Amino acid sequence: MSAVGDQVRKILDESVYQSVIWKSVFRHGFPDTDRNRTLVVLSNLFLHLHPAKLKGHAVRMRYTWCMGGLSFFMFLILTISGVFLMFYYRPTPEYAYVDIVALREDVPLGMFMRNVHRWGAHAMVLIVWLHMLRVFMTGSYKAPREFNWAVGVILLKLTLLLSFTGYLLPWDQLAIWAITVGTNMARATPFLGHEGPGASLIGYDDFKVVHSKSDIRFALLGGSIVGPSALLRFYVLHCVFLPLVAGFLMAVHFWRIRKDGFSAPL
Amino acid sequence: MSGPVGLGPDYMQPFFDFVNWVCKPQILFSGSVVTFFGALKFRKILVKPPVTIGIVIAMLVFFFISLLSPQFYNEARKADNAPIFIMIVLTGLVIWAAFYQAVNNDERFRQGLRSDEHEAAEEKLHVWPYLIYIEAIVAAFVLAAIFAWSIGLEAPLEQFANPAKSPNPAKAPWYFLGLQEMLVYYDPWIAGVLLPGMIISGLIALPYCDPNPKGVGYFTFEQRRFAISVFLFGFLILWVLLIFVGTFLRGPNWNFFGLYEPWNEHKLLSLNNVNLSEYFWTNLLGKAPPAEWWKREWPGFALILGYFTVMPALATVAFKKFYQQLGFVRFSVVIMHLLVMLSLPIKMYLRWSINLKYIVFIPDYFFNI
Repeated sequence: MSAVGDQVRKILDESVYQSVIWKSVFRHGFPDTDRNRTLVVLSNLFLHLHPAKLKGHAVRMRYTWCMGGLSFFMFLILTISGVFLMFYYRPTPEYAYVDIVALREDVPLGMFMRNVHRWGAHAMVLIVWLHMLRVFMTGSYKAPREFNWAVGVILLKLTLLLSFTGYLLPWDQLAIWAITVGTNMARATPFLGHEGPGASLIGYDDFKVVHSKSDIRFALLGGSIVGPSALLRFYVLHCVFLPLVAGFLMAVHFWRIRKDGFSAPL
Repeated sequence: MSGPVGLGPDYMQPFFDFVNWVCKPQILFSGSVVTFFGALKFRKILVKPPVTIGIVIAMLVFFFISLLSPQFYNEARKADNAPIFIMIVLTGLVIWAAFYQAVNNDERFRQGLRSDEHEAAEEKLHVWPYLIYIEAIVAAFVLAAIFAWSIGLEAPLEQFANPAKSPNPAKAPWYFLGLQEMLVYYDPWIAGVLLPGMIISGLIALPYCDPNPKGVGYFTFEQRRFAISVFLFGFLILWVLLIFVGTFLRGPNWNFFGLYEPWNEHKLLSLNNVNLSEYFWTNLLGKAPPAEWWKREWPGFALILGYFTVMPALATVAFKKFYQQLGFVRFSVVIMHLLVMLSLPIKMYLRWSINLKYIVFIPDYFFNI
């Protein structure tokens, strides 16, 4: 290190790293010793998702493609941009569309935040797929990580559902017709959808338990068409329910990676 | 098919016609399946960087030539189709990276060495700084990429929602286009409910049904040929390819169009799809099909029942070692999922070859297969 560098380091050591404030926040010295590098990871809530040390192959980008971490990172980007959008959006047909128009035209950075949320959502779907692909290709789903793979499959499904519920919210032509096409399939659910096999068997003569006003699609949309109740339901699912479930499962997913150990050749 | 409208010079027309011909569903699908297994077979050549770069250049050239077609240009510049191109590029990149390392490791095993990952795993590294720095830099790059994408490309907003005016074609979100494509061949209770459900259950069952202890923690192909081939067939052919088809080759009225063929709303296709019962009673026996479904549909039921009983029974013989390894229950789970997975291409080929509509057709109970 140069003389200037030494000087800067000395000043930092004396006035920053030894200061009461610094030491109250970070319980370790400058991370250039093994001990402090370990403490950085162990004493930080966010960094301690990692172990203090990893086998060499697990650190390499060509092994993980960083896809798992990036999936979580995309979730954070989408949460932040999503909260921003929530300030300007009301989930009723009267307001939803005009709120988006106003967001694009009148709100500072509104267009940008909407774009980040939209493209980030597409990117997250892709990244989660590729994460699954990598975990498969390195055989990381095998014992003892079977259960965590299952949790990951549910998280993949939740990612798709999060994206799908968000699709309706702009309340434009693309939104309602994509959701109409998507939810039409629900009416064909065996026994639970009114056009599904077996549904007509539940009931007695003309009394049908499962009909177009009582089937699973009706429950999903809160009506028989994609209307105001569907918008509200998808909004609540998108902004509250699904992120909470996903957050809960992510906690399980990350914890299990640590408990089961990062996949490594034996 | 009407000829493509291309902006390119006249001598390019045969090329456009050829690509449109290749995009016929049966040719595209068969070609992709052959290409898929061919690529697995010749993986050692394909992963060599000069060969890979050559393929990438060829695909880029193909892409830019394709932009000469007004139809493809229109679809390619739609903001909502951007994820499709990113999907193709990223999927190609990671598949190449996986196979490059797999081929390398398989070669090392043949020489009696350990995997490259195994060598690297000997050393233990501090997460700070060796991993945290990588994560921070990658996160910064991805954030920058998302920001650049968001500055450069505006998220579209279409007209105010109108339940009375349906767009033609009405498409599901891009990641569900594979399912929408399956709807052409199966009724919604299969394509929209049963098949997605079995994708999920199959993925969850996967670790419990893979008895192969090898291949954990390193890239390999030769130690896991069967698992990797099946998984990638499902992912690349039955999912990614169908998304591409749904995006670029499905136009108005969900008709099939060549890559460069203009989307004509008035394109008429003679739809004379025939049920299996009709083939059996009318064409084979030469009499009218019985009105009662339990009499009319027994050939279809027999076929389905046979498919799901005879095939597993044959499989226990053909894959005896696998069967003994897994036991009855787990073997059944694997075979049932594989048979359902294969039923999609089977129904596709039956539709393309003999215009088969339904194998079992009981509209009263919405039970059509």
